[in-house]
Amino acid sequence: MLQDEKPRPLLEVHGLTKRFGAVQALKGVDLSVLPGEVHCVMGQNGAGKSTLIKTLSGVHQPDEGKIFWEGQQVSLPGPTAALDLGIATMYQELDVVDGLSIAENIFLGHEHATRGVLHVKRAHATARSLLQRLGHGNLSPAREVGTLSTANKQIVSMARALSRDTKLIIMDEPSAILDAGEVANLFRVVRELTAQGIAVVYISHRLEEIREIGDRISVIKDGQSTANNLHVAQTPKAELIRRMTGRDVANVFPERRPLPLDAPVVLDVAALELEGHFAKLSFTVRAGEILGIAGLVGSQRSEIVETIYGARKATAGQVTVNGKKLVPGSVSSAVEAGIGLSPEERKSQGLILDEPIYKNVTLSTFERFARTGLLDENAERRAAREQIEALELRPADPERPARTLSGGNQQKILLARWLVHGTKVLLLDEPTRGVDVGARAEIYTLIRRLADAGTAIIVISSEIEEVLGLADNVLVVDDGHVLAQRTATDIDEHGVLDLVMKGSAA
Amino acid sequence: MSKQKTQVIEHSSAQTPDPGAASGGASGLLGNLLHGPAARSIGLVLALAVLVAIGLITSGDRFMSSDNMLVILRHASIIGVLSIGVTFVITAGGIDLSVGSVLGLTSVVGSLAVVQTAAAESTWLVMVVVALLVGAFAGLINGVIIAYGNVVAFIATLAMLVAARGLAEIISERRTLLVTNTDFTGFMRADFLGVPVLVWIFALVSAAGWFLLNRTTFGRRTVAIGGNLEASRLAGIKVKRHIVSLYVLAGIAAGIAGLMMMGRTTSGTSTHGYLYELDAIAAVVVGGTLLAGGRGTVMGTVFGVLIFSTLTNVFTQNNMDTSVQALAKGAIIVLAVLLQQRFAVRKERKAKKQPLKA
Ligand SMILES: Nc1ncnc2c1ncn2[C@@H]1O[C@H](COP(=O)(O)OP(=O)(O)OP(=O)(O)O)[C@@H](O)[C@H]1O
Ligand SMILES: [Mg+2]
Repeated sequence: MLQDEKPRPLLEVHGLTKRFGAVQALKGVDLSVLPGEVHCVMGQNGAGKSTLIKTLSGVHQPDEGKIFWEGQQVSLPGPTAALDLGIATMYQELDVVDGLSIAENIFLGHEHATRGVLHVKRAHATARSLLQRLGHGNLSPAREVGTLSTANKQIVSMARALSRDTKLIIMDEPSAILDAGEVANLFRVVRELTAQGIAVVYISHRLEEIREIGDRISVIKDGQSTANNLHVAQTPKAELIRRMTGRDVANVFPERRPLPLDAPVVLDVAALELEGHFAKLSFTVRAGEILGIAGLVGSQRSEIVETIYGARKATAGQVTVNGKKLVPGSVSSAVEAGIGLSPEERKSQGLILDEPIYKNVTLSTFERFARTGLLDENAERRAAREQIEALELRPADPERPARTLSGGNQQKILLARWLVHGTKVLLLDEPTRGVDVGARAEIYTLIRRLADAGTAIIVISSEIEEVLGLADNVLVVDDGHVLAQRTATDIDEHGVLDLVMKGSAA
Repeated sequence: MSKQKTQVIEHSSAQTPDPGAASGGASGLLGNLLHGPAARSIGLVLALAVLVAIGLITSGDRFMSSDNMLVILRHASIIGVLSIGVTFVITAGGIDLSVGSVLGLTSVVGSLAVVQTAAAESTWLVMVVVALLVGAFAGLINGVIIAYGNVVAFIATLAMLVAARGLAEIISERRTLLVTNTDFTGFMRADFLGVPVLVWIFALVSAAGWFLLNRTTFGRRTVAIGGNLEASRLAGIKVKRHIVSLYVLAGIAAGIAGLMMMGRTTSGTSTHGYLYELDAIAAVVVGGTLLAGGRGTVMGTVFGVLIFSTLTNVFTQNNMDTSVQALAKGAIIVLAVLLQQRFAVRKERKAKKQPLKA
């Protein structure tokens, strides 16, 4: 194994600091990455992981600190400088251009061209071999990226990283948008890369993943290194959590209480159909019940909740909330009936990035705070502050623009939005995507508490473990079909995967 | 565009940790005044001050006389009202190219013989109502085509620009219609407390616009839709309906401006408001409203309008060529936007040097 050798570090970082306005994002971070290793960087939401990698990829300039590349001190004035050294980055927020083809995206900024004339054929050939290397030879290089799933967009982003002579690939929470099958593919690719001597810096909030793929771990807490170069195999999970959070967190799912037999049906979905996506979908959710929807990417999970919510117009069928029939394709009718949706893509579907936290929290309730059309911003701030406390959202400043928050904290804003005024039905699409261990446990507890208070909840997650641990009942779906409905305790992760495999084979 | 946006954001994030702004309540309001739109207007105040200084140097007392100040304001008032309406549309991420033409159309319909006869038999307010309805209706068509027909705002309102002008020509048979109702013209041309009624209307519309944008749910919806349309829709805001109402609002503003024009010129004609949409958009953008949407400032728009009308005044005072004036206008648009960005960046640097508060 790697730890027995003593090769020269590929990348070394000493005492990095970075300040945004009055926010000290990095207060002194060290990092040392060896060639061919998978170096995991861990830390809570807002710890400074993304900021660290952005200084390594030339996006941000550090205020202090030194960066050494292959033993030489370097400065990275811009992204090109980092790319020229051989540092490629896959950002937490995918940065592909939807309107361009796969090949055009891969070679963006370093096109194959002679005097400005593009060599389309050569680009396509190279793109095809890169995609093949990543296990996705089936994607045509000419396809427009906007038509791809998020998982496939990530493949494009990875192909772009590999299209240069890269020695280090930084991946910021790549698995957050992937399901179990896709993660397995990602790991296969990572192993292949490291076998070729390429180093990978890997960021994730999922401890199991790090155990599986990582070699060494560095931990950041509040912008400071609290541990460096821990060997994965020799570091117990509890210690990692302690180093990250400074306390002990039992990462368990909250207790389920047996549903009262007379709990009324709140959400009734009858023969719902969205043409081209799913058909004849029927199920009910009772007050106090958490229904989990498990399935792989492409199983139409998001489409199902978006259709219930009216964000997509059902072609047939009926959604009823507490006996009240919803108008198909009308979000406001759903919201009025008491449904709330926390969408999958927080940046494009959830947040107004330039607006302060409190306005994002009250985006669906500011009308209710208002009197005869006059805003009551102080009441909004108060409500937002309550949620900030309840969810431990950081920074705890209602005035901060959402853009400046770390990914996990942005996710909490979306949850807070529907907690401000009690909703009767809560649709949560990937509620813990990019959320750290400590906050995850809190969010689980919170979801359970809402259910205990009588809310009907649907949870979608690509982490099957999360669906099974949190939900009372589970729908296993594949390609818009319900394969099975089970009590969550009656099925395990393998059971779900078996069902899906059998379902796709059939 | 997006680059400019990010800069501004970093600048506002740099100032928000201010404890006053954070603690909400009354100090939150103060914080808003100190760091919000007012602070962003510094560049505008500067630009206006420079123009006034030039005016003073070149034509001295004549420029500073209260009569001349009123000339500047009166000149600003019609474009000003138009620009307030456009501010809302642009804040929501749209654009309205038709306001100038709609102004012309409202002035023609408002001056039609039938309308004037009806007004003579009852009250001149009939003309007001008719002009506002025409403006609102044109806006309604714009809004419905954009929101429900999914036509790009630029194209839909470009079509309205052409069509409204054509309709105005047909209705007026390309003639200038005289406004004979002396009650109406008398009101519009009167002074109140020594200030022309036109200027009062501009002041009232500005105040109402500021209130609407900053203090009401209507304003919040407008900014939210401009900031992220999809997120607003998924949060339950009736996005389409609101977009329609924004264009109706811009149309009503054009109707008010049309009435003001009828008062000032005692006529209605299809050429009224020719190219005013460009002046209005320029004023809005110079004022600091983001063309991409998501941030709007009525106060900035007022400054933008005043800057342009002061510029015109300085040029007329010195009997200078209107072509040179157009050149200067273009330069000001670019300068003002550059200046705003400079301020944003400098603020951020300053904030960085402040010691960190634990
Ligand atoms: N452009 C910015 N302006 C102001 N503050 C910022 C900016 N970018 C990041 N921050 C702040 O810096 C700190 C570190 O953020 P960062 O995104 O690096 O966290 P992270 O460890 O990646 O968290 P997550 O796990 O949630 O992705 C946070 O407090 C964040 O609010
Ligand atoms: Mg991050």
